[in-house]
Amino acid sequence: MGRPVPRKEGRAKVTGAARYVDDLAFDGLLYGATVRSPVARGRLRRIEFGAGVPWDEFTVVTAADVPGENAVALITPDQPYLAAEFVNHAEEAVVLLAHEDPHLLERARRAVHLDIEPSPAVFTIEDSLAKKEIIWGDDNVFKSYLVEKGDVDAAWSGADLIVEGEYRTGAQEHLYIETNGVVAVADAREGVTVWGSMQCPYYVHKALLKLFPLPEEKIRVVQAETGGGFGGKEEYPSVIAGHAALLAWKSGRPVKIIYDRAEDMAATTKRHPSLTRHRTAVTRDGKLLAMEIDFTVDGGAYSTLSSVVLSRGTIHAAGPYLCPNVRIRSRAVATNAPPHGAFRGFGAPQSIFALERHLDKVAREVGLSPAELRRRNFIREGETTATGQVVREPVDMDGLLARAFELSDYHAKRERFARENADGAKIKRGIGFASFMHGAGFTGSGEVFLQSVVGCEADAEGRVRVLAASTEIGQGTNTIFAQIAADALRLDYESVEVLRPDTASVPNSGPTVASRTCMIVGKLVESAAVGLRQTLVGSGLLSEGYTAGEWRAACAAYVERHGAFKSFSRYEPPPGIRWDEGAYRGDAYGAYAWAVYVAEVAVDLVSYEARVSDFVAVQEVGRVIHPVLAAGQIEGGVAQSIGWALYERVAWREGRMTNAQMTNYIIPTAMDAPPIRVHFEETPYPHGPAGAKGIGELPMDGGAPAILAAIENATGVVFEHVPLMPEDLMRGLGRES
Amino acid sequence: MGKVTINLTVNGEPRAAEAHPMERLLDVLRRQLQLTGTKEGCGEGECGACSVLLDGALVNSCLVPALQADGANIKTIEGVAAGEDLHRVQQAFVEHGGAQCGICTPGMVLAAVSLLERNARPTESEVRTALAGNLCRCTGYTKIFEAVLRACERS
Repeated sequence: MGRPVPRKEGRAKVTGAARYVDDLAFDGLLYGATVRSPVARGRLRRIEFGAGVPWDEFTVVTAADVPGENAVALITPDQPYLAAEFVNHAEEAVVLLAHEDPHLLERARRAVHLDIEPSPAVFTIEDSLAKKEIIWGDDNVFKSYLVEKGDVDAAWSGADLIVEGEYRTGAQEHLYIETNGVVAVADAREGVTVWGSMQCPYYVHKALLKLFPLPEEKIRVVQAETGGGFGGKEEYPSVIAGHAALLAWKSGRPVKIIYDRAEDMAATTKRHPSLTRHRTAVTRDGKLLAMEIDFTVDGGAYSTLSSVVLSRGTIHAAGPYLCPNVRIRSRAVATNAPPHGAFRGFGAPQSIFALERHLDKVAREVGLSPAELRRRNFIREGETTATGQVVREPVDMDGLLARAFELSDYHAKRERFARENADGAKIKRGIGFASFMHGAGFTGSGEVFLQSVVGCEADAEGRVRVLAASTEIGQGTNTIFAQIAADALRLDYESVEVLRPDTASVPNSGPTVASRTCMIVGKLVESAAVGLRQTLVGSGLLSEGYTAGEWRAACAAYVERHGAFKSFSRYEPPPGIRWDEGAYRGDAYGAYAWAVYVAEVAVDLVSYEARVSDFVAVQEVGRVIHPVLAAGQIEGGVAQSIGWALYERVAWREGRMTNAQMTNYIIPTAMDAPPIRVHFEETPYPHGPAGAKGIGELPMDGGAPAILAAIENATGVVFEHVPLMPEDLMRGLGRES
Repeated sequence: MGKVTINLTVNGEPRAAEAHPMERLLDVLRRQLQLTGTKEGCGEGECGACSVLLDGALVNSCLVPALQADGANIKTIEGVAAGEDLHRVQQAFVEHGGAQCGICTPGMVLAAVSLLERNARPTESEVRTALAGNLCRCTGYTKIFEAVLRACERS
C-alpha cells in the first residue's frame, strides 16, 4: 500500500498482447453496421433498400425484429434500440445490417435510404425551456431539483452587494482512443453472450435481459480490455451490445460491431452542455449571505442518465463554501441532439465552472482578491453544505490554497506578469486558480440501493483472486484491488490477481463510475479479504501474525476440507449517513475530495491562442494507495479539462456534430500538455480502504475555471464560457482594445 | 481490382499476404497476419495508434496502402521486446505509469523507440516533438515523457 507496484496488466499493454474487443477472433464472424437518421426529428415513412446490393446475403434488423422490449433499460425506458415510427435525434439507429465482408457492408449501409418526414426540432436549452416545441413529456423537462438551505428570500435585503452572472459550458467528446465496440453471439437455446469495451458489465446485462426473452443466467457479459472510458462507456455499451446481439440473434452467427471514429463521435454520448445563472448576496467584507443558483443541462433527445448527471451537478453547484442561505434550482431538458451522457465529473465540472467564475466576479465587485474572497468563505469541519450535510472530515481548504500558491509561486508570478504584461508584450501571461470539491460514490442513497457485492477467493496454493464487476479501463482497478487485498491479508502483491469482469463469474459490485471504484468497491475488496483471514483464524487453521507459508498451509487445509474458499462482502453505509431523497437534503456523499488547482497561461495577442504553460494540482483524497496511478489520474483529468476549456468545440448543425473527426475536433497533444505538478495531502478517511477516498473525476473539475481566471489575469478580459476558442478570444480582446 | 500478393518482412520474419493493392497496411497486419497489437484509433492519420516502423521510419499504418508495403521491412509492437525481455522503453512505460488504458501504448512505444534510435539522449522538448503525432487521452502525457526520459538512462 502506498507503493508504486507495476500495473497488473502493464506488460500485456506494452507488448501489444492485451486483447481489446476488436482483437478477438471468432469463426463465422459477421460485421455489423448501423443505418442512422440523417434528420433530427421526424416520422419514418419508409425504409428503402437501394439497388446494386445483394440484400439476400445480408442480415437486416429493424424495430419489428426486436424480440423483447424495444427500449434501452437504464432509468426511464424512453430510448428505443431502433426507431420504429419516430426519430428524435440525428444519428438515431433505425436499421442494423450484418455481412461477412466489411467493405460490402459499408456499401450496403450507404444504399439504405430512410424516408423521413421532418418535424420541427429543438436544439438549444433556451428553446427547450421556452417550449418552442414539446419534444419530450409535457414540458421538455427530464428532471428537476430544488435544494434549499436557510431563507434566501429574506437575505437579499441585508446584502451590501448583489452580484449576478451567467455562465455556459459546451459539449465535450470523450475521445477515448478505442471507439465503442462489441461482439455478440446469440441464440434462443444458448442465450446471449457479449464481449465488449465497457465500464459497467451489469448495466449491459440488465439491458439485454429486457431485450431478449431469456432468464438471467442465459445472458453473459464479458468486459474485453477497454481502451479508455471516461464515462463514454458507462451507458452507451448497452445500446451497441443490444444492436450486435439483435443481429447475432437473427443471423445465428457471431456479430462484431466496431464504430469507426466518425460514427463514434457523431452518434455516441457527450458531456452535457450547460447554462448556469448566479445571484449572490455578499457583505462589504466579502462574506457570502445568499446564493441563488439556476442550473440547466441539455440532456439531448432521451432521458438516459441526465437525471443523475443533473443531481451531481446540482449538489456541487455551491462548492466548498459556507453560505447560510442557498437555493439551487436545476433541470435537465430535452433537445433533439443525440443523448448527452456520463462524462468524468458527471455534471460537477459544469456547475463548478460557473461558481468559480462567478466568485471571481464577486471578488472583483467587493474589491477583494479572488483568494481572499475564498478564504473568507471556505467551509470548515462541523459546518454545513448546501444540502445540510455536516462536514465531518477535517477539511483544510486554506491549507490546500496556501500549498497550491506556494508550489506555483502564485503571488510572485502575479506581480511579475503584471509588470511584464504592461510592457506591451505580444504574449501576455497570467495565473489563476479554482477551489472545489468532489463527492465520491453514488449520490444520496445510491450506494444503499446498489447493494454492491465483492468476493475474494483463495485456492489451495494460497493464491487470492478478487471477484468484482469493477472494470479496469486504464485507471488502475486491477492494480489497486490487488494492493488492497494483499495489504488486508499481509501477502505479496504478486499473490493476488483480479479476475476479468464477466457476469458469469463475478458478483455485481456496481458500475465503474462516480469515483467509487477505490473508495466504495475497494472497501468491499478489503472486507472480503479480511473475511478470508477471519474464516481461517476462526476455524483454527491460522493464527494472527502468520507467515506466507502458514497462510498457504491454512488455505490448503481449508480447501481440502470444504472444496472451495470464498468470502463475500456487501455494501453497508458508514454509520450516521442520512439522505432524504424527497427534500434533497442530508449527506449527499460519504466523503469528498478537496482541491485547489492553479493554471498559468500564455495568451498570444497575434494568433489569439491561449496556451496553458504550467499547472499545479493540489488535493486531499484520503490515503493514496498507488502514487504513480493516482498522479496519473490527476494528470489525465487535468489534460481533459484543458481540452474542454480551450480546444474541444463540438460544432453543431441542426443537431448533428459536423466536426466528427480528430482532424478538426482537437484534443491536447504532447505539444500542448503543460507540465502538470501533482501534490497530495493525505488525511486518512476512516471508511475507505486503508483510508482512501475517490479520485477519478475530481481533476476534471478545476482546470477550466482556473484557466479562464488565468486568462482574465493575463488580459484583463472576463470570459464566462468554455470552450474558449481563439475566435472568442479575438472577439473579446478586440472589444476591449 | 483483384488481390495481389504482398511479400513483406514483419518483425524479422518473411510473411506474405493476399490483399487489394489499396487495402490498408493496418488491416493486413491485424486481419491477415493476426498482429492485433497495432491499433486503429481514427483511420485518418491523426492519432498514431496504428504506428509501425516501415523500413525504420515511423508511419501510420492506416495511411499506407498494402502495395506500398510490398518488399518492406515492418516492425510492429509484437517485435519490440526480445522474447521475454522487454525493451527499455516498454519497461519504463510499465514502471513509470506511461500506459493507462493501453490503446495508444503500442504506437506510443514505437514512436519512442524510433526516437531513441535516432537520438539516444533527447531533451523533454525533443520527446514532446517526437510524440506529437501520437494522441493519448488518459495520461496527460506527463508520465509518458517521464517514461521515455527514464528509458534513456537505462541502455
